[in-house]
Amino acid sequence: MLSRVAESLFWMARYIERAENVSRFIAVNMHLTLDLASDAIQQWDPLIATTGDQTIFYHKYGKSTQDNAIQFLIFDEDNANSIKSCLIKARENARGVRDVLTTEIWEQINHLYLSITSETAPLEAAQNVFQYCKKLRLETQLVKGLVDNTISRTEAWHYLYLGRMLERAEKTVRILDVKYYILLPKVEHVGTPIDNIQWAAVLMSASALDMYHRQYRRFLPSSVAHFLLFNRDFPRSVLYCLTKSESSLCAISNTPIGTYSNEAERQLGRLRAQLEYADINDIIQNGLHEFIRDLISNLNEIGNTIQDHFFSSQSLPTSSLKEIYA
Amino acid sequence: MTFGYYQTEYFFDELFERTGEPRPHTASFIESLEGISYPDLQAIQRAAEASLYKLGITFNVYGNKDGREKIFPFDIIPRIIDATEWNYLEYGLKQRIKALNLFIDDIYHNQHIIKDKKIPREIVETCPGYYPQCANHRPAKGIWSHISGMDLVRDKDGTYYVLEDNLRCPSGVSYVLENRQVMKQTFPGAFKDLTVRPVEEYPQWLYDMLAWVSPEQSHNPTIVLLTPGMYNSAYFEHAYLAQKMGIPLVEGRDLMVTEDKVFMKTTSGLKRVDVIYRRVDENYLDPLVFKKDSVLGIPGIIRAFQKGNVSLVNAPGTGVADDKAIYHFVETMIRYYLNEEPVLANVPTYLCTNETERKHVIQNIDQMVVKPTNESGGYGVIIGPSASPEEKASCITAIQNNPRNYIAQPVISLSRVPVLSEKGYHGRHVDLRPYILYGEDIRVLPGGLTRVALKEGSLIVNSSQGGGSKDTWVLADNGGYHA
Repeated sequence: MLSRVAESLFWMARYIERAENVSRFIAVNMHLTLDLASDAIQQWDPLIATTGDQTIFYHKYGKSTQDNAIQFLIFDEDNANSIKSCLIKARENARGVRDVLTTEIWEQINHLYLSITSETAPLEAAQNVFQYCKKLRLETQLVKGLVDNTISRTEAWHYLYLGRMLERAEKTVRILDVKYYILLPKVEHVGTPIDNIQWAAVLMSASALDMYHRQYRRFLPSSVAHFLLFNRDFPRSVLYCLTKSESSLCAISNTPIGTYSNEAERQLGRLRAQLEYADINDIIQNGLHEFIRDLISNLNEIGNTIQDHFFSSQSLPTSSLKEIYA
Repeated sequence: MTFGYYQTEYFFDELFERTGEPRPHTASFIESLEGISYPDLQAIQRAAEASLYKLGITFNVYGNKDGREKIFPFDIIPRIIDATEWNYLEYGLKQRIKALNLFIDDIYHNQHIIKDKKIPREIVETCPGYYPQCANHRPAKGIWSHISGMDLVRDKDGTYYVLEDNLRCPSGVSYVLENRQVMKQTFPGAFKDLTVRPVEEYPQWLYDMLAWVSPEQSHNPTIVLLTPGMYNSAYFEHAYLAQKMGIPLVEGRDLMVTEDKVFMKTTSGLKRVDVIYRRVDENYLDPLVFKKDSVLGIPGIIRAFQKGNVSLVNAPGTGVADDKAIYHFVETMIRYYLNEEPVLANVPTYLCTNETERKHVIQNIDQMVVKPTNESGGYGVIIGPSASPEEKASCITAIQNNPRNYIAQPVISLSRVPVLSEKGYHGRHVDLRPYILYGEDIRVLPGGLTRVALKEGSLIVNSSQGGGSKDTWVLADNGGYHA
């Protein structure tokens, strides 16, 4: 497969996954605001914080009102991680590799793009954010369903899956970190309904609430963290995502799992093993937030290594080509 | 909705006789159209456009700042061509492409046609598409222009003329294929009643031709489609054809040349490439030979081609025959190389390099269409009858300053086909671009792209100038009707 094509597939999948995650965050946060007294806390700050884009947000909007947050997270093209930006980039990448995608996938991505860039989209979102986010979520999941059901399990699919899984691992980590930013008003609130609602929101943000209930009945910080980080069977847990990423990477380079033939596989295998043998109580003892920070930086490093190893034959980035034609 | 009030006026209409009756081969389709109400027709039209938009069947317009793609407007009333007429056209097109290929080969070898004084040397050697670098080279199987799309028009009396030979990178065939898909969903009944010849085989024909011109006669040559990238106006078509043929769509940066062989950069290393269907203009193909600052091309690819290590389709150098001044001599070529009378006539063409003809053009500029010899897409064309006095004056100055760059033709009253408009059926001018593939044999796709000037009275059908398209139905040999 052409290196350029592999890179575009990887990023297309990442952007689709990112858009889906952002739309889920927004819906969950809306729920949370409704459950809490209006003066409880500034409810949109933690969400902005977890995106990692808080600097540009406060610079441009000042206050984290609901309207500002929704505009920023869904439609703001200055925000590289807004849903609209993600979908525009996903389509741009898809357009560059249309010949390896199936018509069904292309049509669905094109449809998503046309719908979010339409003039009526902000109005539709304003009328009912829940509905709007749900629609986006289902539409992006449709892309993934089509990827899984219309593409042969050859290199192209593995790059798509790798992108999806790495993005998801990173987002799950960030979701877990939300709780760090949501400060409870008072210490005695720990274990109260507010605290429980927040833990439920964290799980909902990862579409993990129902599966969590089946495994654990009560909300315990250590159980929630354990579920989202280390569960072997839940498809959004970090360990699950890393295990799957590793097997796709090994399928691409034709390397048996548990061994490695390049730096990306080595880093990924090491991080996966580290999580497999980690103990949640130790982690909480030493600081969950610190653990998460390291995890994010490890994930970034893996992303960079994949970029260098598999996609580096790029001589000219797409953006400069655009200038030539402008 | 009825055609009762439909007027052919003083034009040739593809579907109706001058008396207002449907032509024999269109009668049954017209009857079925008349059975559909106007609101239903409009709904069909909207649905057809929506499905093209959803499919992302769009083209980019240069200089369009917001970067948005546009759909190529589509009208649901097809142009219908009967079998006898098509057979005649097909014969004429094959004859023409054979002669053009012999011409290109001759120009880069013995130049008999120049030595025999049938075509002036100067006109050939001043073609921007003439590359002395191609001299003495013979592409695989001796074919230069493998894929061509010749623009045909019909005058008032129904006579077909060739307006242009597009021999370099003619585009539009993907619209033919997609329009047909849409039309099948739009008028399924009509396809059952009329025997419309299929167009769906085109990608397979194209693949077969590309495989046939592979320099190495392996069973499984590596064939790629080279695109300038997604900001090119025809990018949709490039991706579409690559997908339908199952071959990689590559950009210049995906290829490299070492030891005069072409390779593509894959995630598992370099892979040898045998055949390149290039949709990159010759000038941008190799910075070592042509435009030095081109980033779209592949340094060294022309040497690889000249060494016979890779086939380029169409072959560089083909542009010498895709020049409006050379076009003037195609009938001469047919007589010279094939010893046959041309089946399809050229539109009478005045060369501005010839003093008498130039004077005639300048004196009669009101009646002329003046075209730059080396532009495509309708850019720079002046239509005498509708040009302002300033436009005409600056056109005359341009001709006098650079006569080689201009030809002129009398205005042709292009034939018309009804379109569905806001107010019912109205005649609009059309042309026709059939697609011809030259490989082991010459194949002409039945039909081609019918472009239509959607603006009332307009003669400009180019997509870049606001034209649209229609499906073209060629009826099968049994007369088009089931027994």
